[in-house]
Amino acid sequence: MIILYAGLLLGILGLIFGGVLTFAAKKFHVEVDERVEQIKECLGGANCGACGYAGCDAFAQAVVDGKAPIDGCAPAGAKGIEKIGKIMGMEANVGERMVARVLCQGAKGVALDRYEYDGYKSCAVAAGLAGGPKACRFSCIGLGDCQDKCKFDAITMKDGLAHIDPAKCTACGACVKACPRSIISLLPVSQSVIVRCRNTDTARAARAVCMDACIGCGRCKKQCQYDAIIVENGLARIDHEKCTRCGECAAVCPCKCIVIE
Amino acid sequence: MTENMNILLFFVSCVLTNNFIFSRFLGCCPFLGVSNKVETSLSMGLAVTFVMTIASLFCYMIYNWLLVPLGITFMSTIAFILVIAALVQFVEMFLKKSSPTLYSALGIYLPLITTNCAVLGVATLNMNNGYNLLYSVLNGTFSALGFTLAIVLMAGVRERLESSHIPACMKGFPITLVSAGLMAVAFMGFSGLV
Repeated sequence: MIILYAGLLLGILGLIFGGVLTFAAKKFHVEVDERVEQIKECLGGANCGACGYAGCDAFAQAVVDGKAPIDGCAPAGAKGIEKIGKIMGMEANVGERMVARVLCQGAKGVALDRYEYDGYKSCAVAAGLAGGPKACRFSCIGLGDCQDKCKFDAITMKDGLAHIDPAKCTACGACVKACPRSIISLLPVSQSVIVRCRNTDTARAARAVCMDACIGCGRCKKQCQYDAIIVENGLARIDHEKCTRCGECAAVCPCKCIVIE
Repeated sequence: MTENMNILLFFVSCVLTNNFIFSRFLGCCPFLGVSNKVETSLSMGLAVTFVMTIASLFCYMIYNWLLVPLGITFMSTIAFILVIAALVQFVEMFLKKSSPTLYSALGIYLPLITTNCAVLGVATLNMNNGYNLLYSVLNGTFSALGFTLAIVLMAGVRERLESSHIPACMKGFPITLVSAGLMAVAFMGFSGLV
């Protein structure tokens, strides 16, 4: 009998509350700007938070309120931003699509190991333990902190190195923030010639820890006809504005650290 | 006169001696989660005060007028949760319509309170201590004010912590928990006041 009472009471209370809430939802209905819904459709929809707002809903609301720029959502892509521009009646200034690139080639066998790491599977933890499991202090640790943060399934780990699929990457920047070594960078998608190394040590020290490390020899700089390569701190860097993607630098690089995608 | 005096004593007891966070350790999640800035912590405190007062009233009525006569007091926890969840939803809708400024000020904190143990805690304490209607509501309000006091004080401490030199291993939550512990020790000094 008591069980019956309990069930009935809870059921009736639930019904009453449900009824009151349904009534309240109708009675206190607030008109939402229809543009918020439309903009939400154009966004990446992963609630990645890269825009700095709490989620896609909050960002859409902020765009309508004029607080957020219409191109604030990187995962929306150029098309999405264009659509948002149309909804808001603004001209979207769409830059070139960016992709995240891993600036390290130190896979197993290429980069030397400092020690065998058998701890918690996190790059941030491993990086803090005696300088990390790989001898190079600029290397990819390969335990997948970036992979965990990627909402778009674009990162795979292979031989202790992160690989990013440019087709899936939306340049949200979550992996860039997650990497404790800061070796992931956002580069324009057309920039097919990439220096895949961040080692700024001297040539001898760099070569001692990794077969594919940039030693800052400057052969690429001499070869480049467009003055697009800068060698500083023992590391080559490509000026994307000047680079014509001719690929001559990659051909002469003795360390094979300049690659053509 | 004595009644007023009793209420004053009750106020001191709820706010200082039996502070929800520092003595009863209820509502620690929002206490740590939303105590980054004094402003947001104050809005959170006010939202909790609002919900706890109304929840005490409704839970008292449900408990004493429905559960006790039917002899099913063992259902209190689930019934209280039902009441609190429905109430918070209703209050949220009402505020959204009637006072958008207050609604946006409370923001995400209002729905968060639904799952706050402090609200369920006050309803259960009212029931266990056998308070009457007036004291139940007062207990709700005063305890929530104690919560507000604690969270605002903590936010002030954390704002200072931001600009001080802290060893890297203690940055963030570790130092916050240590500060919270020290504050709890300070609040222990109030015991025996009432």
